[in-house]
Amino acid sequence: MLVRKHFLSTPLMEFMQSPDSPAKVLLAVSGISKNFAGRKVLDNITLRVDEGKIVTLIGPNGAGKTTLVRIALRLVAADSGSVQHRSGLRIGYMPQKMHVEPTLPITVVRFLQLAENFSATQLDATLSQLNILQLKNHQLSAISGGEMQRVLLARALLRQPELLILDEPAQGVDLAGQAELYQLISKISKRDNCGVLMISHDLHLVMSATDEVVCLNHHVCCHGKPEQVSNDPAYLDLFGPNTARALAVYTHDHNHEHDLTGNIKTAHHE
Amino acid sequence: MNNTFLQLLMSDFVLYALVAGLSLALIAGPLGSFIVWRRMSYFGDTLAHSSLLGVALGIVGDINPQLSIIISCLVFAAILTVLDRKPSISTDTLLGILAHSTLALGIVLLALTDSVRINLEAYLFGSLLTINQLDLVWILAVVALASTVLYFYWNKLLSVTVHAELAKIEGVNVERLNLMLVMLIALTIAVSMKVVGVLLITSLLIIPPAAARRLAQTPEQMAFKASLIGAASIVLGLFAAFYLDTPAGPSIVVVATAIFLGLNFSRL
Repeated sequence: MLVRKHFLSTPLMEFMQSPDSPAKVLLAVSGISKNFAGRKVLDNITLRVDEGKIVTLIGPNGAGKTTLVRIALRLVAADSGSVQHRSGLRIGYMPQKMHVEPTLPITVVRFLQLAENFSATQLDATLSQLNILQLKNHQLSAISGGEMQRVLLARALLRQPELLILDEPAQGVDLAGQAELYQLISKISKRDNCGVLMISHDLHLVMSATDEVVCLNHHVCCHGKPEQVSNDPAYLDLFGPNTARALAVYTHDHNHEHDLTGNIKTAHHE
Repeated sequence: MNNTFLQLLMSDFVLYALVAGLSLALIAGPLGSFIVWRRMSYFGDTLAHSSLLGVALGIVGDINPQLSIIISCLVFAAILTVLDRKPSISTDTLLGILAHSTLALGIVLLALTDSVRINLEAYLFGSLLTINQLDLVWILAVVALASTVLYFYWNKLLSVTVHAELAKIEGVNVERLNLMLVMLIALTIAVSMKVVGVLLITSLLIIPPAAARRLAQTPEQMAFKASLIGAASIVLGLFAAFYLDTPAGPSIVVVATAIFLGLNFSRL
């Protein structure tokens, strides 16, 4: 069964101890709320990533996905709630956007070396795995958006992360490359027992390669296994019947609706 | 004529000017590159302008002028860094207000302290040829400090400049490094004042890296070539000042600008 609201109010300790042993938990955020200029962006979000598990955040633009990820990374402080990392956790982060300063000449390989601590063999292996070995000596300012995504993923992977946090990893990557990229992320997660928290809009590609889907629109609309979520009314409501049909999932009754700012309107039934 | 220049070169004041100018050019290459990459040139300008206030306060308080310039530069750098963290108005506007209000206040204060005769022009445009041994010691100390810090923190500073958030997640103390860089810039500006003056200091930091940009494939190349271009500007500028009897600071800046234009529009 799909867990919903009551899951969110579970106290953190119980939450971290319950199904698996706490040692497997890499990242746990609990009761996170965040306002920007009086607007509630995140409301009481609880989320956990375990070793070797892929958690995918989905949700419309402006749903607070990137803010949640930045709070989980401790780049931004939440107004309330807690963020816990397993002690000494090594995180590989792939930001959504990369501004390349035009006055700064830098090659792809030099950019990767900024992360420090990896061998030349590791570098070449990672670059080949991502099909960007040939870009090594290109200027960072001269590569395409899709290539940049792979370079950013390479920098995250070169840290040999225990947890990968990816903000729309396949953005700007061509269609064939997208499926490949998600497969690779899934492969690395299994091989290295690496936890993954990622934001994605590529629902059709993400669903098969993910262990848990969290559907976010300021609050957690629903979460669970991909097949559970894709059948969930809140999910269908959020992405609209057309998207849902295109993704070949069947329609359901809604249990709540959203207004334009993402607040829940009065529920039809529970 | 060559003979005269050689003789002049052997004289202390030209030698001091050359050593001071060349060591500043050396550090201005990498430090100026960071200013260009981080779009901090207006920040540098504001610090430079505010250092005139430091001069005036030094005279009012009867402190060693070099020391008062250094202290005021460091204090202003700290103030700007703090104000920048909580932006109530845009950084651009803030810098615009501070740059000119401190410059104006400095000039007004200097005018009020009529007990000492002050050569305002020397502070505004520099007086490289009046550099004495003590000035030189200050410059060499700051250049040695800045070179050491840049050498040991180069990769981290670069990482913070390219992508601060990635650097932070990779374990770099971003705030500390930013503050360190700002303080180095403040110190360098403080001791450069006598070389090119308040109004021209940033040009010595900005123009050589800008000129080197098209000649570089890596950040290190850009920093190194900027140092070379800076050094060439110092030597040629001094040479021009000697033969054309023009002020040294502005002559150096004119030469640097000519090199920048030559390198950027050579294909036209």
